[in-house]
Amino acid sequence: MASETMKEGKERYKSGVIPYKKMGYWEPDYKIKDTDMLAMFRMTPQPGMDPEEVAAAVAGESSTATWTVVWTDRLTACEMYRAKCYRCDLVPNTGEGTKTEAQYFIYIAYELDLFEGGSIANLTASIIGNVFGMKAVKALRLEDMRIPVAYLKTFQGPATGVIVERERLDKFGRPLLGATTKPKLGLSGRNYGRVVYEALKGGLDFMKDDENINSQPFMHWRDRFLYCMEAVNKASAATGEVKGHYLNVTAGTMEEMYKRAEFAKSLGSVIIMIDLVIGYTAIQSMALWARQNDMILHLHRAGNSTYSRQKNHGMSFRVICKWMRMAGVDHIHAGTVVGKLEGDPLMIRGYYDTLLDTHTPMNLEKGLFFEQDWASLNKCMPVASGGIHAGQMHQLLTYLGDDVVLQFGGGTIGHPQGIQAGAVANRTALEVMVLARNEGRDIWNEGPQILQDAAKWCGPLKAGLDTWKDVSFNYESTDTPDFVPSATTSV
Amino acid sequence: MMTNPGSQITQGQFSFLPPLTDVQITAQIKYALKSGWSLAVEYTDDPHPRNTYWEMFGNPMFDLKDPAGILMEVNNCRKTFPNHYIRVVAFSSAHGIESPTMSYIVNRPKNEPGFGLVRQETDSRSIRYTVHSYATEKPEGERY
Repeated sequence: MASETMKEGKERYKSGVIPYKKMGYWEPDYKIKDTDMLAMFRMTPQPGMDPEEVAAAVAGESSTATWTVVWTDRLTACEMYRAKCYRCDLVPNTGEGTKTEAQYFIYIAYELDLFEGGSIANLTASIIGNVFGMKAVKALRLEDMRIPVAYLKTFQGPATGVIVERERLDKFGRPLLGATTKPKLGLSGRNYGRVVYEALKGGLDFMKDDENINSQPFMHWRDRFLYCMEAVNKASAATGEVKGHYLNVTAGTMEEMYKRAEFAKSLGSVIIMIDLVIGYTAIQSMALWARQNDMILHLHRAGNSTYSRQKNHGMSFRVICKWMRMAGVDHIHAGTVVGKLEGDPLMIRGYYDTLLDTHTPMNLEKGLFFEQDWASLNKCMPVASGGIHAGQMHQLLTYLGDDVVLQFGGGTIGHPQGIQAGAVANRTALEVMVLARNEGRDIWNEGPQILQDAAKWCGPLKAGLDTWKDVSFNYESTDTPDFVPSATTSV
Repeated sequence: MMTNPGSQITQGQFSFLPPLTDVQITAQIKYALKSGWSLAVEYTDDPHPRNTYWEMFGNPMFDLKDPAGILMEVNNCRKTFPNHYIRVVAFSSAHGIESPTMSYIVNRPKNEPGFGLVRQETDSRSIRYTVHSYATEKPEGERY
């Protein structure tokens, strides 16, 4: 697989069309620099196309190329600015003899000078800007990126970070507990705050607006903020703990979002919330605001599944995790494994590692194709939300660890004895499981028994376990790793 | 009296469980030591949720790796301050953490009066909230 690049000079720049491979976008011998931005795509070429040529086209169109030769390249250090596709591998279990048409993992290196510092918008305009619509690719998916340390250092990163969030909240050594207020639409401000108060007083750390709670006819935003902060403070006094409610400040304009964030701050909220759909630049702006105003910034990943779920086209959620950690959010919904939303255990662990590690090693089983040094960027807290309940506590703690917010919305508010009892059930299940794990017990296997033993002295836990004992969501994941560990015999 | 479920302050990792026995406390100390963390004992009679700095019952025990020795410090603190809140805190010095990693209450006053919520009406419908500890109406050392 030698490089087929034409030599620089008159021949190379004759008007017309030459293959991308010959234009210098296919460099299998390329030596990666520490400062390079690396991207790995899953590429499905149109039938009959040479995969390396299509790979070179992806590199070309996401950097300097256009469809034809232009002499103006010769005014620039064009060899440096060209992205180089340096590797093109057939994806395991695709192509001839399988049920799936051939897909390729293509690796592309980008010169650091192609990107403006501190701008997710600029980075993404190159990497996912034009290439996904090119006719030569039948489908394309951005699987992973390696962000060079030099570039990471141009980003603020999470406004607060996991460590400082825990210090501010005075909560250590266990997952945090939250819940989304339900029903998510229709409650008046007064009724909404009731749910918040009951759940926080019962034992949850956080309550949360849902992604589409903004300012609707049934509850305008100021009403929600006022009643929620009454609930938060009253619950804090009732328990002696710091409590919070993610006030969703998502709105139609930056001006309106700043206004709502300022009001949340004036009422003493420790945390505000935004939705992914507000866009990368708006997210970065809110992260700067949050850093300036001692605010934890929660991000709901509303909209991500439109482009992250299908395996052959779009982008992996792990890349969104990387970008959001750079953009500066403190929380991001990243999957539950056991709940109602999509998620293979290893893939989700990969997302969590991406958000929490100071240094992530390459790990193909988790879908991590590159080693990533996080350059001391703050850690971002993953949030597990959607269809989880106290009876799964041993699984949740095993899969997700301590640094996570477990959100039991239905599992708190739907408790047969009421919202406070639902919160007690969840908090008790959590504490008893953390205690047991720390004692060295095998919670994966003994978990159900540990919960049943606690249910003997905790009535709300018993009622919760009885209600949800048979609820599980066992569907096949659509996004799964392509690499499985196989035992090798040593000779 | 506090009206939350359990009628007690719920700070720390294990406030929803029955009081930890010495055997249970020792098991948690062992977990911290195995994780490479240092342990400390802290006490207070001002359990306001934002009172970060409880008094230290000596420095964190960086060099003490014997669970029995650390439990002895816990119990010394309980003997000295039987009616205070006492917590065991673990600290990690690892890069990327450098912060507490565990915190759990191992002693409480017999009566926990809890907190009142003071509301100061301000502009429009906004309210400034103060969480007020009933116990702090008395001077330090005479509260519980």
